[in-house]
Amino acid sequence: MSIVGAGVAGMTCAVEFAERGVPTEVFEQAASFGPHNCSWYAGGMLAPWCECDHSADLVATFGEQSVAWWRKRVPALVQRGSLVLAHGRHISELVSLSRRTGRYEWLDAGGIGELEPALANRFPKGLFFKDEAHIDPREALRSLADRFISLGGRIHFGAASAARSDGNHFVVDCTGLAAREALRELRGVKGEMLVLRSREITLNRPVRLLAPRVPVYIVPRPNGVFMVGATMIESDELSRVTARSVLELLSAACSLHPAFAEAEILEMGSQVRPAFPDNMPRITWRRDRIYINGFFRHGFLLAPAFARMAADAVLSGEICPQVAYENHA
Amino acid sequence: MLVYDTTLTSRLLLGTSRYPSPAVLMEAVKSSGTDVVTVSLRRESSGERSGQGFFSIIRSLGVRVLPNTAGCHSVKEAVTTAHMAREVFDTRWIKLEVIGDRTTLQPDVFGLVEAAKILCEDGFQVFPYTTEDLVVADRLLDAGCRVLMPWGAPIGSGQGLNNVVGLRAMRARFPEVPLIVDAGIGVPSHAARALELGMDGVLINTAVARAGDPVGMARAFADAVKAGRAAFVAQPMLPSDVAIPSTPELGLAHLV
Repeated sequence: MSIVGAGVAGMTCAVEFAERGVPTEVFEQAASFGPHNCSWYAGGMLAPWCECDHSADLVATFGEQSVAWWRKRVPALVQRGSLVLAHGRHISELVSLSRRTGRYEWLDAGGIGELEPALANRFPKGLFFKDEAHIDPREALRSLADRFISLGGRIHFGAASAARSDGNHFVVDCTGLAAREALRELRGVKGEMLVLRSREITLNRPVRLLAPRVPVYIVPRPNGVFMVGATMIESDELSRVTARSVLELLSAACSLHPAFAEAEILEMGSQVRPAFPDNMPRITWRRDRIYINGFFRHGFLLAPAFARMAADAVLSGEICPQVAYENHA
Repeated sequence: MLVYDTTLTSRLLLGTSRYPSPAVLMEAVKSSGTDVVTVSLRRESSGERSGQGFFSIIRSLGVRVLPNTAGCHSVKEAVTTAHMAREVFDTRWIKLEVIGDRTTLQPDVFGLVEAAKILCEDGFQVFPYTTEDLVVADRLLDAGCRVLMPWGAPIGSGQGLNNVVGLRAMRARFPEVPLIVDAGIGVPSHAARALELGMDGVLINTAVARAGDPVGMARAFADAVKAGRAAFVAQPMLPSDVAIPSTPELGLAHLV
């Protein structure tokens, strides 16, 4: 089995196949895990119920399966839930979210303060999704790589085209937007993010701030580091972070807590998410090649569930509605 | 409805922002029966290839595209965006927004008139997002606009028609100019009300895109717009201060 692409789709697949005893190799164009890959810039929120707002119910179903998958494989996973807040005049955004999803409880200002003392008395109401979790995406990719290698897998960096399809050789293509020649419906949705460091504020879990124009999330990482994301722009341009986006992300962070105004900016990143028109991932099986693509903003949230479906389809011949069979031998 | 020599069969125009996915957007456009969708352009979407994924979906809808200058806060920004839009979508139509206030997103009518002048002279067919102010409307028509798009309420607020008296005055003052209510419509009854007042059409975005079921809501708006227009054409009764019995009183039995 050859897997092309060492983003979250490729690495979850690699681990899934290797765990089932299939000799597997990963081929990655770049020299290492890094910024050429949109997984590098992910928030790493495993938030199936928050994400129901944007997407279909399937996100919750597959997302829940994926949280369990990650918990077994990434020791650094943190499961303290996530918190969704809105300023007073945007409370209706919270109400709309609550109508579209489940597994939350309403908190008042006191309840918010108990969970996140730094945010006490700043917000009148919030939604708490206690079953949600988060991981550091870069750490998680490395953990998967370690696990994969310990299972006998090999990762070839700097080798995009080494994988060859022949009669006995199966290729899983997890190359994201680079596969758009083969997957015509793929489009790019640009995302920008910031990494900040502040010693003045502590958050225990990811916090989302809903606002009609710019919903923003802040994910705490160890050592006073915070990831702030992410814009969603219908564009394939990945080269630059715009001043407008930085302004929007920082304003939201500062309105969550003024201490962020004094934070150090460690990193500004920009990448393009691959997405299909329904913003849901797809497994496309064409002869001896399988494409797993279109994770949109849900790479870490959904990749394990799709890796498992792909493995079930390939190894056990299970028919799964998420797999599109095209010219399938 | 005739706008700039183009006949539109639907009086409902649909915005394309904030849908759960492009697939839902495509379905909503179909169920709305609209002829025209608005698309906002960001500078970074206009480069070569960038934005093409989304724009090719828009083009595939088979409806007219009305690009807009949403989010522009100055004349220069709006004019630049209009030029980019003309290139990307190959159309002279432009919905002109020059925003004057960050909280209410209400138009900067001074900048609006100035930008409208520049764009009309440059051959654009301008759809200005304006208030119900009659003097501003006059200036926009002088600048060369042949359609006016007064607001119902602040963009995305869903409050409905905040100034019915103002919209009526506008209708009375400009009987020949197509008036399309842009912004602030929350539910289909607001849209029906606008059409009953004699507005020529409505432009809806958030109310459809952020509904629980955007496709169903698009259909509801399509029905409301048809009902409102039919009611206007059928000349509604006039309200009265006192009750007027709808059954004849003559010949009622007098029971003693």
